[in-house]
Amino acid sequence: MRVALFVPCFNDACFPGTLKATVRVLERLGMEVDVPRGQTCCGQIHFNTGYRREAYRLMERFLKVFAGCGTVVAPSASCVAMVREQYAEMAAGVGDPRLEEEVRGLAARTFELSEFLVGELGVEDVGAHFPHRVTFHPTCHSIRGIHVGDAPLRLLRAVRGLELVELPHALECCGFGGTFAVKNPHTSLAMMEDKLRHVRETGAGVLTAVDNSCLLHLMGGMRREGWLGEGEVGSGPGSAGKVWVVHLAEILASGEGG
Amino acid sequence: MRRGTRPGFPAAAPAALADQQLRRNLGKATTTIRAKRAAVSGEMPDWETLREAARAIKADALSNLHQYLERLEESVTRAGGAVHWAGDAVEANRIVAELAAAAGAGEVVKVKSITTDEVGLNRALEARGIVPVETDLAELIIQMAGESSSHFLVPAIHKNRTQIRDLFREHLGRPGLSDDPAELAEAARLHLRQKFLRAQVAVSGANFAVAETGTVGVVESEGNGRMCLTLPRVLITLMGIEKVLPRFQDLEVFLQLLPRSATGERMNPYTSLWTGVTPGDGPREFHLVLLDNGRTRVLADPVGRQALQCIRCSACLNICPVYERVGGHAYHAAYPGPIGSILMPQLLGPGVHDSLPFASTLCGACADVCPVKIEIPRVLLHLRARASDGTGAGSFQERWLMRILGWVFRSPFLYRLGVRTARGLLARFARDGWVHTLPGYGAGWTLGRDLPALPRESFQEWWEGRGGIP
Amino acid sequence: MVGRERRHTVTFPRERILERIRRSLAGAHGDGPAPIPRAYRRNGTLPRDQLLTRFVERVEDYHAKVTRVRAHGLPGAVAAALSSRGVRRLAVAPDLPADWLAGLAPSLEVLRDGVPQLLSPGQLSSASGVLSGCALAIAETGTLVLDGGEGQGRRALTLLPDYHLCVVSTSQVVEMVPEAISALAAAVRDRRAPITFISGPSATSDIELSRVEGVHGPRTLEVILVEDS
Repeated sequence: MRVALFVPCFNDACFPGTLKATVRVLERLGMEVDVPRGQTCCGQIHFNTGYRREAYRLMERFLKVFAGCGTVVAPSASCVAMVREQYAEMAAGVGDPRLEEEVRGLAARTFELSEFLVGELGVEDVGAHFPHRVTFHPTCHSIRGIHVGDAPLRLLRAVRGLELVELPHALECCGFGGTFAVKNPHTSLAMMEDKLRHVRETGAGVLTAVDNSCLLHLMGGMRREGWLGEGEVGSGPGSAGKVWVVHLAEILASGEGG
Repeated sequence: MRRGTRPGFPAAAPAALADQQLRRNLGKATTTIRAKRAAVSGEMPDWETLREAARAIKADALSNLHQYLERLEESVTRAGGAVHWAGDAVEANRIVAELAAAAGAGEVVKVKSITTDEVGLNRALEARGIVPVETDLAELIIQMAGESSSHFLVPAIHKNRTQIRDLFREHLGRPGLSDDPAELAEAARLHLRQKFLRAQVAVSGANFAVAETGTVGVVESEGNGRMCLTLPRVLITLMGIEKVLPRFQDLEVFLQLLPRSATGERMNPYTSLWTGVTPGDGPREFHLVLLDNGRTRVLADPVGRQALQCIRCSACLNICPVYERVGGHAYHAAYPGPIGSILMPQLLGPGVHDSLPFASTLCGACADVCPVKIEIPRVLLHLRARASDGTGAGSFQERWLMRILGWVFRSPFLYRLGVRTARGLLARFARDGWVHTLPGYGAGWTLGRDLPALPRESFQEWWEGRGGIP
Repeated sequence: MVGRERRHTVTFPRERILERIRRSLAGAHGDGPAPIPRAYRRNGTLPRDQLLTRFVERVEDYHAKVTRVRAHGLPGAVAAALSSRGVRRLAVAPDLPADWLAGLAPSLEVLRDGVPQLLSPGQLSSASGVLSGCALAIAETGTLVLDGGEGQGRRALTLLPDYHLCVVSTSQVVEMVPEAISALAAAVRDRRAPITFISGPSATSDIELSRVEGVHGPRTLEVILVEDS
C-alpha cells in the first residue's frame, strides 16, 4: 500500500526525527512511503491567527502538492485537523463546488499516524520495544479536533517493556494554542506549569504525545526549569528526576528493526 | 480599518494570574462545578438528543426571530402585559426608569439580571433618584465590594467565604459573623426580608419568553426571584430579544439542560413561569422590555449568530482552562469566558473587545459542554479573521512576520532558504543548543520557555540527500 | 426641534428592531419554522412503584423529608408534621380540602387566604407554615409543580412562610420533565396559570459554588405522598 507522508513545516525543521520514525514505522508495516516534493506549510499558523486569505493560498498550494496522492499520513493531529476541518470551512466560504469536492476528497484520505495505524490498518502492536516509564498527554486537536480516541494509548500499551502511567487531568489543555503562546504568554505559561506539575506527579521518565507543537512548548518549560532529559532516554549523569520528551512515532519506531 | 488589537486581555491577564487567592478560589469553585455537571449530564441517556433539539429550537428561533417576537408581543399583550422595545442601552434604561418612576417607586428590588448590568441600569436608575436594591446574594456581595461581576451565573465566584464574611461584617453591621456559608446566607435573608415585603416595583431579567403563550420564565435558586416576581405591584422584565422560544413545549428541553449545565443539579430550587397578569396573584402590572443593543448586529453574521443561542448556563466558563486561571474581570466584559469572547466583539463591533477572540487556545472543551451546541472554537477563528476581513489584525510586527512567512510558504525555494536562515539565526543565539531570549514577537515564548536550536538537517533536506531511504 | 427632525426621532424602536432583524436574516433560509428533532425521552417508562420510589429519593436528595401514607392516614400525617415542626399558625389556600385539616390540634390557628380577604405580606410572613397541594410532581428531578389550582392558592402563599408542607397524590407524579410540561400546557393556555417549580428548599450556590440551603423562600420543605388508588 502506498502512503504519502505529509511533512508538517515545524516537524520538518525542528523534529526531523519524528518524521524519520514515522517512515520507519509505516515501512515496517509494509507500506511504501512517498514524500511529495516541495512541501511547505498547510496554513494552520495563518488560519488560526486570523490571516485567512494567506491560509487560503497555502491551502490551494497544499491541494496541488497532494493532488496525485492516495492516502496521506502525518504525525501531527493539529495539521491533520487543519486539512480535515478548516480546509472544508475555507472552501465553503468561497462557494466553489469543485474546490469543495477536492477538499472533501483529500480530507477523506488524510490521517494522523495513530488513527491510521489503529483505525485504518487495524494494528496496535507495531513491534516496538521501549523499556521506560511513559506518560501520555492527549492533545486537544487529537481528542476534540479529529477524535483519535484511545488509539495512541492502544499503541503504547502494545509496546514491549513500556510502563504506561496515567497523566492526572490529562484532558486539560497544555496552554500552547499556537500563537496564543506568544500573544498571551502569561496565561500560556500558567497552563503549562500546571501540566508540567502533573507530569512530574506521574514519576514517569518519558512524556509523549501525538503533536510536537504541544511538546515543543512543554519541553521548553521543562528545559527552563532544568529537568528536561537530553540525549538518549535515561542516559547521562543525574538522569533521575529528568523527563525525556519523545513523540509517539519515535516510541513506536524504537526497538528491533527500528 | 483599525489596525492592531488593543492591549485588552493580554494586558489584564498577568495581574489576575499573579493573584494567588483568586486562583485558589476559581480553581476550587470550577473544579467542584465541573464534576457536578459531568455527573448530572452523564446520567442522562438522552443528553445528546436534548442538545440537538436545543440547538435546533434556538436556530429556528433566530432564523424567524421577527415573527416570533411579534407573536410574543401579541401573546403577552393578550395576557394583560405590556411590551416595550428598546433599540439600545439608553432606550432600555429610559423605559425602565420611566416605568419605575410612574409607579411612584423610590426604590426597586432587582432579581439578578446580567442584561441589566449590560445596559448599566443601576447607574441610570440612581441618576433618576431611584435606588436599585440587588436581592441576589452574589449581586449583593458585588455591590458591597464595589466591584463588577466576574461570572454571569455566579457573579461573586472570585470571592471565598472569608472575603464574603468580611464584606457582610462591614456592610450589614454584623461584626460577629462567621464565615460559615449557612450563617452568611441567613444574614442575607434577614437583611432583605423587609425589602421584599415592602417592595412596590421589581426589575427582573428572564431566561426565556415563549412566543406561543406569552409565558416568561426565570430560573433561580434563592427565592429572591419568587419574591420579586410575585410580591410587588409592578414587574418590569428586561430581556434580550434572542431569548424568545417558539413554543411552550420547547421549555421541556431547556428546563432539563439549563439546571444540569449551570449548577450541576437535576433541577434548580425555583423556576417561575408567568403569563401576563393574573388577577389576585402577583403583580397587577407587567412590562416586558425587549432589548436589541447589538443583537441584531450579531444576527447579521451567518457564522457568528450562533452565539445568540446561548442560554447563559456558564458551563463553558467553568470548563475553560483560561477562565479558570484568569477569572472574569480580565475580560472587561459583561459576559466573560468563551461565550463572552464570541458575543462581546459581535455585540459591540470592532474596537473594544478585539483581543477576546485571541484569549483562547482553541482547546474545544467549551464546545463539548455547551448545551445548545454553539461551535465556540469555530466562531473564535471566524472572528479572528473577520476583524480584518482575513488579512490579519495583529500588531505591526505580527503582520509583517505573517506576510514574510506567507511568501516563504508559497515557494519551496524560499522555504528551504527560510529554514536555513532560521537554523543559522537560532544557532548564533543558542547556548548549549537552546535559545533563552527571543526578541520582539517571540519574546513571549522565552518569558518562561527555552527554544531548541534547529537540527543540522531538516527532514526534507535529509530525504532528498538520501534519495529517499530512511 | 425642527419638524423634519422630530419625525425622524419618532421612528418607533419596534419597527427599527424588526427591520434590522429582517435585514440581518435576508438571504438566510427563513422559509418558516423548521421541524425540531425531538429524539429525547418524552415519556416515562418506570413501573409505578419504582417511579414513586425515585420521586421520594430525589426529593430527599434536596434534604426535604417525605412521608408516605394511605388516603385515610393523610389528616394524621399532616397533623403530625405540623406538630413536630411546632407550627402554631398555618396559612392555607381558600380551596384547601377541609379534611386535610381534620386532625389538627384546636390550638393551631389556620389562616385561610382570601377568606374573607387576601392575607397581607405581613400576615403571610407571620404564619410559620403553609400547607398546600400541587398540580403535579416530577420524579426524575424531585420537583413539585404548582399552578395555582386546587389547594395551592396564589404564589405568595407558598413563598413567605418558612415551612412548606406539600401534599402530593401518587397519581400526580410523572416521571419526566416533558410529561410535566405537556400536562401544564392546558392550564397555561386556558387560564394563564402562573407556574412554580419547586425542587427542595431555597438554596444558593454563590458561596464557593457549593449549595447552601436556606435563603429567601421556605427554608424547610416537607412532602406527604398520599396513595390515592
